[in-house]
Amino acid sequence: MTSPASLRPASDYPPGGLAFPHRDLLAIAQLTPWEIHFLMDEAEKWVEPNRQPSKHSDRLAGLTIINAFFENSTRTLLSFEIAGKRLGADVVNMHAAQSSVKKGETLIDTAMTLNAMRADAMVIRHGSSGAVQLIADKVDCPVLNAGDGRHEHPTQALLDALTIRRTKGRIEGLVVAICGDVLHSRVARSNILLLTALGAEVRVAAPPTLLPPALDRMNVTAFTSLDAALEGADVIMMLRLQNERMDGAYLPSAREYHALYGLTRTRLALAKPDATVMHPGPMNRGVEIDSNVADDPDRSVITAQVEMGVAVRMACLDVLTRRARRVEGWA
Amino acid sequence: MSYALLIRNARLVDASAPDPRPGSLLVINGRIAELDPVEAPSTARWVDAHGQWLAPGIIDMGVFATDKPAFHFGGITRAALMPDGAQQLDNPGLVERAAKGGKPDLWVHPLAAATKGLAGRELAEIGLMQAAGARAVATGRARIADSGVMRRLLSYAAALGLTTIVHAEDEGLTAGAVATDGEMATRLGLPCAPAMAEAMAIARDLALVEETGAPLLFRQVTTARGFDLIRAAKASGLPVQCGITPAHLFLSDTAMGDFRTFARLSPPLRSEADRQACLAAVADGTVDMLSSGHDPRGPEDKRLPFAEAQPGMAGAESLLALGLNLVRDGLVTPGRLFALLAANPARLLGVNAGQLAVGQEADLVLIDPDRPWQIDTKRMAAAAGNTPFDGLPVQGRVTALWKGGVQVR
Repeated sequence: MTSPASLRPASDYPPGGLAFPHRDLLAIAQLTPWEIHFLMDEAEKWVEPNRQPSKHSDRLAGLTIINAFFENSTRTLLSFEIAGKRLGADVVNMHAAQSSVKKGETLIDTAMTLNAMRADAMVIRHGSSGAVQLIADKVDCPVLNAGDGRHEHPTQALLDALTIRRTKGRIEGLVVAICGDVLHSRVARSNILLLTALGAEVRVAAPPTLLPPALDRMNVTAFTSLDAALEGADVIMMLRLQNERMDGAYLPSAREYHALYGLTRTRLALAKPDATVMHPGPMNRGVEIDSNVADDPDRSVITAQVEMGVAVRMACLDVLTRRARRVEGWA
Repeated sequence: MSYALLIRNARLVDASAPDPRPGSLLVINGRIAELDPVEAPSTARWVDAHGQWLAPGIIDMGVFATDKPAFHFGGITRAALMPDGAQQLDNPGLVERAAKGGKPDLWVHPLAAATKGLAGRELAEIGLMQAAGARAVATGRARIADSGVMRRLLSYAAALGLTTIVHAEDEGLTAGAVATDGEMATRLGLPCAPAMAEAMAIARDLALVEETGAPLLFRQVTTARGFDLIRAAKASGLPVQCGITPAHLFLSDTAMGDFRTFARLSPPLRSEADRQACLAAVADGTVDMLSSGHDPRGPEDKRLPFAEAQPGMAGAESLLALGLNLVRDGLVTPGRLFALLAANPARLLGVNAGQLAVGQEADLVLIDPDRPWQIDTKRMAAAAGNTPFDGLPVQGRVTALWKGGVQVR
């Protein structure tokens, strides 16, 4: 990890297109610390405009963005759709449920079809790790990964980081505890990569059945006790527990999970007094997180995460289309 | 009318001696008639080998397709066909057809499915399949989960004089997994299983071998713990053998990077430590066979997200060249390489081939052991180019091939 690239101070990114030399945003793993900072700074610029009564920009006017979601999603899809529309782009959504994927068309054929429609950017979610990269290799436009299997969900990690930076003023040196179903979570993987890249101390806490192997190789400390992981934490990120994990294969029951791994007021007290509580949503109230924690305006930034999500996605769509739009310094 | 062929000025290499030795070989009527003959029939056709290696044709243990162009490119004259390739070999008729599938220039030795439909419950008609040409019994791509069925299978096959060929992975541990537990699988977010799923399966089958005395081949062993168990079993005299493919000798799980589905194999690629253990097991004699596991897969099976892609690689063309890497790395002698590639598989299958010995079928391969070439997925003889070794420069190329004394390449 001591390449010359990573020795550059993260906040000091090069000018113009050199700040983000990638065509696609597929994974946090492909980014340097300064590229992460660049995207966060770009997102920051959209936070205030988004709070104005008139939110429309025509920066991407005339461009077509296809949101191809091969896996069900409400909030991420909505967030990308709003981001695209606020930038003035023509946004089209494709749901797997209504698509020819159900008719047996292969993923590559679907990708080629979308490509032939000359989209200027594609936002893709798929249930299988690596699927978005597979599509990106076959199409001619920038591709944004909106979540692939258990692999990565880069915009989620960026919006989480932006939320943390706005709340705590920094990321470096913070103790962040990521708690819950880490094994099946792309949110956890992207966050681990981003937060460790920016110098946070990352802990994960999960039942042993939901911990992936070799986490120490990702510069993370793994805990099977939530209490131990929360001790002295600055930020607590809860993960959603999918219903199908609670049927006895990985966990005995939802109520046992809540008893051992649910974030309650009592447990929250183990963290720093000003510890921030986060959740990527949608929440299972009373399972991984109690309502009185989730709704505590002094501690919970869960709605702020949603707000930052739109800003981050606007920034990503803007940055990824700059070459095609021949923005000065990027063309 | 007799047919004679004299190959001279060769360097003969087979399992009987560690190193190639200068010599010549006379074939009459499809069989090896004499080594270093003083004179040959006047009608004999002469071939000057120009000092290249002359070795027994490779006998590939456990392939999933009868892919003649790939086999001939790779110097393979006989292939033992797994029961779950294109067709399920669980009845005598299909076995008989499969056995004729490559003749005359490639001999296919079908492996009989151990159980009906390979479902792991009822014994298949092993005796009738043997009469139809099956040379051994195999459980296919998976093992038999039910230990009671496995025990009955082993004793039944042993009574017929057949070796049982098994896949060694505990299906409970590996359910849904496409990779080995480790940093790579975690970073890629791939469902994974602990490497010891192999050792668990091996341990059970070794106990059953001890109980039944039946001969057994673990088609692929790929972990340090698996080899430890097999070493101990061999030391105590159990009739067990094991094989491996070049993939697990030359690649570790890092080859899955960028979700390269050509590196999706079964068993999955292992850690670097296990890879080193595989090389050590080849060097110390624990490994008995080196085979290709040839399983050509087109884009419909491979151009998919990693976890949805089918496992398997097209390995027949690169088997010999990668095997020669073991020689160059000093892990095996040329003679031992041809024990792994020919003599040992021939013995298991009970065929009169695999060595340069008088009276054996003249299945012969002429090899330029140093000729460089590059493995290229786009330019392969195989039915599909799914090799994780794409782009690798290798050395050693087949320059001529005879099956039963008839030149086929």
